Amino acid sequence: MARKIAVGMAEYRVSNDPEDVLCVLGLGSCVGVCLYDPVRRIGGMVHVLLPEHLPGQSNPFKFADTAVPALLAEVEKAGANRRNIFAKISGGAKMFSGADTLFDIGKRNAEAVKEALKVLGIPLKGEDVGGNRGRSIFFYLEDGRLEIKILGRDVMVI
Amino acid sequence: MVLFEDLNEMQLDALKEIGNIGAGNAATALSKMVGKRVNMEVPLVRILPLKDVPEWLGGPEKEVLGVYLSVFGALAGHILFVMTIDDALKIMRILLGDMAPSRDQILSMDELASSAMGEIGNILSSSYLSALADFTGLHLNHSVPAIAVDMAGAIVDVVLIEISQHSDYALLIETVFVEEEDRITGYFMLIPDTGSLEIILQALGVV
Repeated sequence: MARKIAVGMAEYRVSNDPEDVLCVLGLGSCVGVCLYDPVRRIGGMVHVLLPEHLPGQSNPFKFADTAVPALLAEVEKAGANRRNIFAKISGGAKMFSGADTLFDIGKRNAEAVKEALKVLGIPLKGEDVGGNRGRSIFFYLEDGRLEIKILGRDVMVI
Repeated sequence: MVLFEDLNEMQLDALKEIGNIGAGNAATALSKMVGKRVNMEVPLVRILPLKDVPEWLGGPEKEVLGVYLSVFGALAGHILFVMTIDDALKIMRILLGDMAPSRDQILSMDELASSAMGEIGNILSSSYLSALADFTGLHLNHSVPAIAVDMAGAIVDVVLIEISQHSDYALLIETVFVEEEDRITGYFMLIPDTGSLEIILQALGVV
């Protein structure tokens, strides 16, 4: 029986149980970053809020630039082999239409996540980012697939 | 710095009173809009951590209409007005009768649906904001309302991001509007930036 584990804002979850499904319900301009070792079937997900680390903030999982390396360290600690690890990402929507800078944060989040992956040399195997719709995402640790639900649309798998 | 979670009872009462007046204004505005009498029940006013808001609205995947305004002038902050899609549909039917957009039109945000919903959101959220301005005597401006129809979690997360440097709490005013058989619940949230809650309390004389 698959176990669904919700990943809250600025939180991460790692599991080595292939039955587990890591998920975020109602993801807007935040980005869900998934790392997976398909050989050992170990994966993790982090739910990032902002692109860059702000001084004085202690939680690395809130910011793309610190969350991605921190998640990598956690999945390696759980037994994943860095050479096998790939990434899939989703989120980063522009929820409200308007010229305000507030509404560009989703795009900046997605860019910052990709940059952080590049720096670490982690291949990005799938992405569904941007747009103006919220998403619910489900990361299956049995095979590393990422299911994406958008209101009024068919479920997409990357 | 005064935070929502530190308010005493007298300060909370003063904020609740603004909530009551704002809800009354909103009921009056709705009555004018539909040309029928709209009543309201006594609003529920509470201080809620923003991360708990999606749960309060019926879960992170609940389909909702969200209207966002930023407030500036004598104080700075954010306003988020939310109602479920089902309740937005009820208002549309009261307002537009057979011309009302369908649920699908609302979910896909076609032109008719988004302009009608933008208008409703605008009128309702400015009703609450004018109560705040009148009651405090502060001069307040607000941005053009931005609207979105989506999952509650996704709508709240963008506001959470914006305010994460300032506060984690919102003043939530939950109002049930009643028009004949229909009951429509509106959730109005005020999230003041750092320092702005003090300005409100000072203006109300309850510091």
